[in-house]
Amino acid sequence: MHNQDHCKHLLSGLSDYVDGELEDSLCRELEQHIANCPDCKIVVDTTRMTVSLYHAASGQSEPMPDDVRQRLFDCLNLGEYTRNTT
Amino acid sequence: MTNTAKPISLPALQAGDKAEFARLVDTHSTAIYRLGLRMLGDKQDAEDILQNTFMKAFQHIAKFEGRSSISTWLYRIAANEALMLVRKRKPETLLSDARSEEDDEDFTPLQVVDWSCLPEDELMTTEARLHMEQAIQRLPETLRIVFLLRDIEGLSIQDTCQALNLSETAVKTRLLRARLRLRERLSQYYGERIRERNADDAQSGPL
Repeated sequence: MHNQDHCKHLLSGLSDYVDGELEDSLCRELEQHIANCPDCKIVVDTTRMTVSLYHAASGQSEPMPDDVRQRLFDCLNLGEYTRNTT
Repeated sequence: MTNTAKPISLPALQAGDKAEFARLVDTHSTAIYRLGLRMLGDKQDAEDILQNTFMKAFQHIAKFEGRSSISTWLYRIAANEALMLVRKRKPETLLSDARSEEDDEDFTPLQVVDWSCLPEDELMTTEARLHMEQAIQRLPETLRIVFLLRDIEGLSIQDTCQALNLSETAVKTRLLRARLRLRERLSQYYGERIRERNADDAQSGPL
């Protein structure tokens, strides 16, 4: 892709931008840039999508297996509480 | 985090209330297990991290001063356990990991395929999910732990800093590098899918 210093400089604020935490002036600068730089726009869009896909996947994680929980309670000498707390 | 009915009582934990500790375990164990699994990629290692984390929490809860939340404190113990185990498993990669992180200083995105418009059912296939998990495993552990805490477990930047004893700048830099690396891998993967789709379309072409 492009190797222009300006693109690289803007990439340093990419994470904050995706999180909606980039300060206003930098945010405007970045948005003006991506309006005219298709490559950077793709990098911004696909980075946002990457984070959003991982967020979505993390909400669908499998629960911890019951036997793992049982052994955990046993090793902490909490076996008597295995049933009470779920 | 399953048991949210009543907040965990720190005074009760510090007084040695075992029922309250059992509640603490049930509230946080799934997240800690998941973190270990993604850090090590091995169920037995994840279970070891889980058990060590809560054994250490049990031993040290009396001295916990509440400067962070209990949850962040548990993540901190778990992250230390996980990083120790990763380094024990692969001592020979320590140097190369350090170097690869330095090389990353000048990391420039290479993949500029726009896959963000793919429909959701194509983005989240079983194969794609597997690919996403493998991409996490391929991150250097110093980037992986930051990404997992912030983007998978949903900690704030501040809590991630506390859990890893890192400055905000260090956390943000590592998070950006992790996200850019994952973006590269996903772009390669989804780029292939788009090419396949275009090839199919070309073959079936207009009649």
